Amino acid sequence: MEFFFQLLVNGLSIGFLYGLAAMGFVMIFKSSSVLNFAHGELMALGAFVFLVLISWAKLPVYVAFPVALIGCFILGFVVERLFLRPLIGEPLIYVIMLTVGLASIFKGVMLFIWGGNLYTFPDFLPAGLALRWGNINIPPVYVVSIAVGLVFLMLFGLFFKYSSQGIYMRSVADNQPAALSLGVHVRKVFALSWAIAALVAGMSGIVLGTINGINVHDLSSIGLKVFPVVILGGLDSIGGAVIGGIIIGLLETFTGGYLSTSLRDVIPYMALVVILMVKPYGLFGLVEIERV
Amino acid sequence: MRKLHFHPCGNFNERYEQELTIFESDFGRAALFAGLVILFAVVPYASGPYLLYVLNTVAITAIAAIGLNILIGFTGQLSLGHGAFFGVGAYAAAILSTDAGFPFILAVPSAGLITAMVGTLFGLPSWRLKGLYLTIATLAGQFIIEYLLVHWEGLTRGTMGIVLPGISIFGVALDSDRSFFYIAYITLIIMTLFAVNLMRTSYGRAFIAIRDNDRAAEGMGIPILSYKLLSFAISSFYAGVAGALWAYYMISITTEPFNLGLSVEYIAMVIIGGLGSIAGSIYGALFIVGLNEGLRWLTGILMSVDIFSAAGLSMAPLREIAFGAAIVLFILLEPRGLAEVWRIIRSNFRLWPFSY
Repeated sequence: MEFFFQLLVNGLSIGFLYGLAAMGFVMIFKSSSVLNFAHGELMALGAFVFLVLISWAKLPVYVAFPVALIGCFILGFVVERLFLRPLIGEPLIYVIMLTVGLASIFKGVMLFIWGGNLYTFPDFLPAGLALRWGNINIPPVYVVSIAVGLVFLMLFGLFFKYSSQGIYMRSVADNQPAALSLGVHVRKVFALSWAIAALVAGMSGIVLGTINGINVHDLSSIGLKVFPVVILGGLDSIGGAVIGGIIIGLLETFTGGYLSTSLRDVIPYMALVVILMVKPYGLFGLVEIERV
Repeated sequence: MRKLHFHPCGNFNERYEQELTIFESDFGRAALFAGLVILFAVVPYASGPYLLYVLNTVAITAIAAIGLNILIGFTGQLSLGHGAFFGVGAYAAAILSTDAGFPFILAVPSAGLITAMVGTLFGLPSWRLKGLYLTIATLAGQFIIEYLLVHWEGLTRGTMGIVLPGISIFGVALDSDRSFFYIAYITLIIMTLFAVNLMRTSYGRAFIAIRDNDRAAEGMGIPILSYKLLSFAISSFYAGVAGALWAYYMISITTEPFNLGLSVEYIAMVIIGGLGSIAGSIYGALFIVGLNEGLRWLTGILMSVDIFSAAGLSMAPLREIAFGAAIVLFILLEPRGLAEVWRIIRSNFRLWPFSY
C-alpha cells in the first residue's frame, strides 16, 4: 500500500510537471492553432540559460530565474518575428514543419554547445520545504514546482479570462479573419503568444531540470510527451492541459511501477489513441460541429 | 505521323485531357526516355561502389517519399508515422524471407501489403478525427510501432536484428550493388508511373478534393473515410515496399533507424521536393540523401583538421543544424519546393529572352 501511495504522489508530481510543460504548448495552439514541435527544445533552452546564469555567472536564484525567463520571452519574440511572421496565411502544414525544422536547429545548437551530457543545477532549494506524511516523502523540488505551477496556472487563467490581450488571443484562435476585421492586431497577438509560450516553456524546463537534471535528449522527448497530455485535456484548454498531465503522469508511474518500465514510455501514446477514438476533442476541448 | 508537340509559349489548353497529360510535349517524353537509357545503360557502369550505394539509397527513399506525398501532398493528411511504416515493411520482408521462406519477388509486395494493412489500421482514427488531431494520432502510431518492433521479441527478435538472405530472382543470384541498382530503379519507375497515373483517375481527383476542402468533397458524394483510408493504405504500401527493398539491401536490420527522426526526414523530403508533386518527391529524396552524404563527407574533413579534433568538438550536431536549416529555408523561401524551382528554371530557358 505504501508503494501505491508513493507511486501516487510521484505520479501526481510528474503529471503536474507535464501539465506545466503542456501549458506553453496550448498557449501557442490557442492563439495560432500551430502544433509547436520545438516545444521540448524551448524547454531545454530555458533550462540551459538558467544553468549558465546560476553556475557560470554565479547569480543568485532569485535573480537568475527571472533573467532566464526574460531571455526566453525575448527568444520567443525573435523566433516569431524571424520565422513565423512570414508564414501568416500559409497552410498549416508549412508552419508545423517549420517548427520541426526549428526544433532540429535548436537541438543541434544545444548539442554543439553543451553536448549530450547530463547537467545538474547546484542544490539551491532549502531542505525544510520537504513534506513528509507517514513514510511518504515529497522532496522539496516537487513542492516548489507544484507551487510555481499553480501560480502560473492561475495567472494564465486570469489572463485569458479578463485581460484584453488574453481576449484578443482567444478571438484570433477562434477565427482569424473575423478577429482581423474587428481590429485585433493579429501579428501582435502572435508575437506575444510565442513570447509567453517560450517563457512558460523555459519555466517548465527549469523546473524539470531541477528534478531530473538537464539533458538535451530527455527534455526534447518530454516535449513530445506533451502531445498525449494536451490531446487528453483538449488541445485548447489550459486547465485541461494540467488535468491531462496529471492523468498521463499517474498512468506512467503506475505502469512503470506495476507492469514494466519499458512500457512506461509508450503507454501515454496508447492511451492517446484510445482517447482520440472515444473522445476526439479531448476531455475539455472545444468540439467542432460540422454539418455537410 | 502525328504532329509533334512542343512547349507553347503560354497556356493554350482547351480541354481537361490536355491538363491531365503526363508529358506536356513530345520533347519532354524524348528527354525522359533518353534520361532512362542513360540511367540504365551508363550510370551503373560509370559509377563506383560508393556512388552506386548513394544512388540505390536515393531510389529506396524516393519510393517511400512518393508514398508520403500521396498522403500529405494529395490527400492533405499529415502523417508522422511514415518512418515506422518503413520499418514495418523492412521487418515484414525480413520475417517473411527468413521464417516463412518467401522468395524476394514475393516477399517485397507482401511486405508492402502487410504495411498497407498496418497503415490502414493507424489511419482508422481519421474516422472521427481530422487535421492536427490526426497528425498526433499518427505520432502515437510511430511510437507504438517502434515499441512493438523492439519488444515483440518472438516476432522481431528485438534488438538482435534479423539477417536476410541474399536477393535471388528465379534462382539467379542478384546480390551485387549493380544488380540492386536495376531492381531499385525498375521498382521506382513502376511506382512512379502508378502514382502519376493514380492522380489522373477519379481516385486521385477524390484525394485532391478531400485535401482542398473535405466538407465540400463529402457534399459532392465522396465517401471521405474510405478514401482517406485508401490513401493511408497506398501511402503505407509505398513505405512498405521501400522498407522491404532497404532490408534486402542492408542484409541485416535492427530496430534503431525507424524512429521519429526518419518520419520527420520523409516529411522534409516531401516539403523540400514540393507538396503534391510526384517528381518533387524524387528531387526531395535526392536532396536529403545528398545532404546526409555531403555532411558525412564534410564531417570527415573537419575531423581531420587539427583544430577541431583537438578542441574535442563533436560534429554530429552539424547534421541536425543543416537539416533543420534546409527545412526552414525551403519553407520560408520556396514553399513549393524543388519541383517549383525546376519549373521556374525550365520556363526561364523556354521563354528567354522574352519572359513575360
